[in-house]
Amino acid sequence: MPRGAGTRQIEHLLRRAGFGARPDEVDYYGQFSIAHAVEALVNYQDIADDVDMFIGKPGYAGTTVNGVFMPQANITHARQRWLFRMIHTDRPLQEKMTLFWHNHFATGYNKIAGTYGATEGARYLAAKSSEDAGKVRGQIEMLREMALGNFRDMLLAIAKDTAMLVWLDGRTNVRAKPQENFAREIMELFTMGVGNYTEPDVYAGARVFTGWNLAQPGSAADGSRRYEFIYNAAQHETTAKTFSFPIYSDGGRTIPARSAADGMQDGIDLINALAGNPNTGRYLAKKLWRFFVSEFRDPDPAWVERITSTYLQNRYEMKPVVREVLLSSQFWNSSSYWARYAWPVEYVVRAIKDVGWAGFSVDSALTPLSNMGQILYEPPDVAGWDAGETWFATGAMLARMNFASTLTANQKFNLATAVKNANAGKTADGLMSYFLEQVATAPLEGSVRADLRNYLDMTGAWTGTDAQLQAKSSGMVHLLVGSPEYQFV
Amino acid sequence: MKVTRREFVKGGVAAFTVTFAAPEFLSDLARAQGASKRNLVVLYLSGGNDSLSMVVPYNDGSYYNRRPTIGIPAGQVLQIGTDSSNVALGLHPRLTGLKQIFDQGRLALIQRTGYENQSRSHFLGTDIWSTADPNNSSGLGWVGKYLDSIPLPVDPLIGWNTTGSLPHVLQAGHTAVPAIASPAGYSFSSPNAGAEATAERTTALRISSHVPVDRPEVAFVYGSAQAALGTLDRVATVAQYVPSTTYPNTGFGQALRAVAGAMAKGIGTKVFYVTTGGFDTHSQQNPNATNGAYFNLMATLNDGLIAFYNDLKNQGLLDDTLILSFSEFGRRISENGSGGTDHGSASVMMALGGRVSGGLFGTAPNLTPDPGNPTLENSTADVRYETDFRSVYARVIDNWLGANSVSVLSGNFRKTSLTFI
Repeated sequence: MPRGAGTRQIEHLLRRAGFGARPDEVDYYGQFSIAHAVEALVNYQDIADDVDMFIGKPGYAGTTVNGVFMPQANITHARQRWLFRMIHTDRPLQEKMTLFWHNHFATGYNKIAGTYGATEGARYLAAKSSEDAGKVRGQIEMLREMALGNFRDMLLAIAKDTAMLVWLDGRTNVRAKPQENFAREIMELFTMGVGNYTEPDVYAGARVFTGWNLAQPGSAADGSRRYEFIYNAAQHETTAKTFSFPIYSDGGRTIPARSAADGMQDGIDLINALAGNPNTGRYLAKKLWRFFVSEFRDPDPAWVERITSTYLQNRYEMKPVVREVLLSSQFWNSSSYWARYAWPVEYVVRAIKDVGWAGFSVDSALTPLSNMGQILYEPPDVAGWDAGETWFATGAMLARMNFASTLTANQKFNLATAVKNANAGKTADGLMSYFLEQVATAPLEGSVRADLRNYLDMTGAWTGTDAQLQAKSSGMVHLLVGSPEYQFV
Repeated sequence: MKVTRREFVKGGVAAFTVTFAAPEFLSDLARAQGASKRNLVVLYLSGGNDSLSMVVPYNDGSYYNRRPTIGIPAGQVLQIGTDSSNVALGLHPRLTGLKQIFDQGRLALIQRTGYENQSRSHFLGTDIWSTADPNNSSGLGWVGKYLDSIPLPVDPLIGWNTTGSLPHVLQAGHTAVPAIASPAGYSFSSPNAGAEATAERTTALRISSHVPVDRPEVAFVYGSAQAALGTLDRVATVAQYVPSTTYPNTGFGQALRAVAGAMAKGIGTKVFYVTTGGFDTHSQQNPNATNGAYFNLMATLNDGLIAFYNDLKNQGLLDDTLILSFSEFGRRISENGSGGTDHGSASVMMALGGRVSGGLFGTAPNLTPDPGNPTLENSTADVRYETDFRSVYARVIDNWLGANSVSVLSGNFRKTSLTFI
């Protein structure tokens, strides 16, 4: 396909606001100006959310299951569904933001499954309400629906989320002995960040959320029985709670004593205060910088303040915030290109989009992803993945190189056919320039190009036979996708 | 936490480039640096270990008053005598292997380790224990700083991290520690076979030798690729290791098996990192019932360590090995309403190995909630530290690793009473 000057910008945009670009995505977004392309990405509600319909259909990446595909009840299936969405969605920014929030509100499947069993664990993380007899909306589906929604609403939904109430033990937070886990993390990791709250704030927060527990309504007979949030007034601690930061717009720092019946308002007041605290805006802005703009340089303080004001002025709506991030000059600065270490799922999905998916099952990416250090629905702890250079322990790098091998072995025939169809297989030079164009990497130095070119001559003279094209196409793409320069987005 | 890269930029790519030289040369280097075969195994108990369930003050009435459901009955503990403050202590009943090691005089328990104003955050706490710097926890790891102090060039297998990603404690300025979770899976695959596969591997190795000079982040990834490719053959020998004991089939047990294999095959590694998690026991901690959460944590810890200890003993490697444990914090003294414990303060560190002088170091807390009780803090909610954790590190650096703790820790934390090694 032709790649004009605008193409490189569109590819940069889609590597960050999506998971790389399929050829049809480059064509679609390539017809727009930058501003229009960003607008199309953030207004994804205008594009049908129909990607799940294509699971199992010819022409798309495959899934592998024993028996029925049940992503709402089987976590391995759920992982495959999410990878499938990342590859084939026409709403790339929605999937990207869902991943951002998954890392932000990082909740791990094992604890939920250990508490309620494997099927229920998958349900509370990955079920869509439309496919659940009890209308359970799993945590990731909730984050996906609210991906560019209102952060305050998201905090409230997370505080009531079944998986979160298990993960951070809110379900056992009772009056006699408040449970600090959720109260600590909502301040430390979900909103303001370390240094902006005190230990007594944690204890007060734990008391605020006493009684935010789980009930089990529904019937076993029709499958609607489920654990869901309940405000348990009898377990709410009703005395006043004082914080070190403002809770109310008049600067008041004390949540007043309330009757047990009205006590749920305590938590709502605290969530409103946390969402509206400028430190929350800054905390999110810095995280968005590292996610979208650059890991190579620290966040520009003026940029952080600007994003924070956008956040506060728009009453915590994330769409204007992310739009501003993607339109900012810092995002488009040439030093931001390729200035982020690819997360394992970003790497895997982009490789599949670049190399091809016909005949490839996303199931075969799951073990490699685990070896690279990222299992969807299983972040290492509530702080999410460490990201950055920590992805690149040697074993993880080897796993990336070996995934490139798995993928290119699977696509060997397709790659050779593509070279032939493009009439690029007559010479070694032709094959090399074809793939350098198809598989974009951070700039390759001359010595690396020379090594790659030399590779094509290593096992004998160029003949252009099908056998040679298959060997050298898969080998070349293996080396490119496994190269250090490909490990950036 | 992202300082590694910046430090790395400062440290210079030149140093980094030298670190990764040709594999043949490095094997010689490993042999030369293997003059001292001593190694250190850093063990991280992730989540904040409730040391009051691990080392139980079973004669302290307040222990049972404050832990009515999760207190471990005095009759169940494995008694290990009294400390210098005359507090009688017992190990968790599932720690039968550690009890054997204690009785052999090869397990030291260093009580009430921590620091002033201990962080109760998992992440800040882990960073502080990793960097040994409560004031600036975003710097390099203390083990990383030790590795940086070894004269260049350094063998790329000088460290071995058995987890998937680099822990902060191993973050170094110019020494990349490989992550090798499973030696058997540590190989380079190819979409082709025979000569074509060899050509790809040769090319990948050549490419990785051209570390870019002006792009430190890309160079970092080059370093990983090169360290992986350059050590495949040596690591493959570890996969052939046949242990003399049976390791439990847990992640922890298998990691220790790999560590023992690396030691037995003499590949030159000086520092290993292993971890076992699940210690964030906010609810249903259940240390008493078989298959209770904390009971299982102790089972994993005990069964892995005793298999490792006996294996090394059988292989004649125990005298060269020191295992040192840490966790980001201890837990609150009183149980919460969920039958668990929240984030607390000081905790117990373990050191074990063939040259350890075992026993009880430091004093246990008195758990009486009296405002004047000097062994408690946070309005008597938590255990107050007695021994700065950096003093334990200092002892290990000076007396085991043979380096200078004052320079590695940027300060003098030596404490002469810590004679465990």
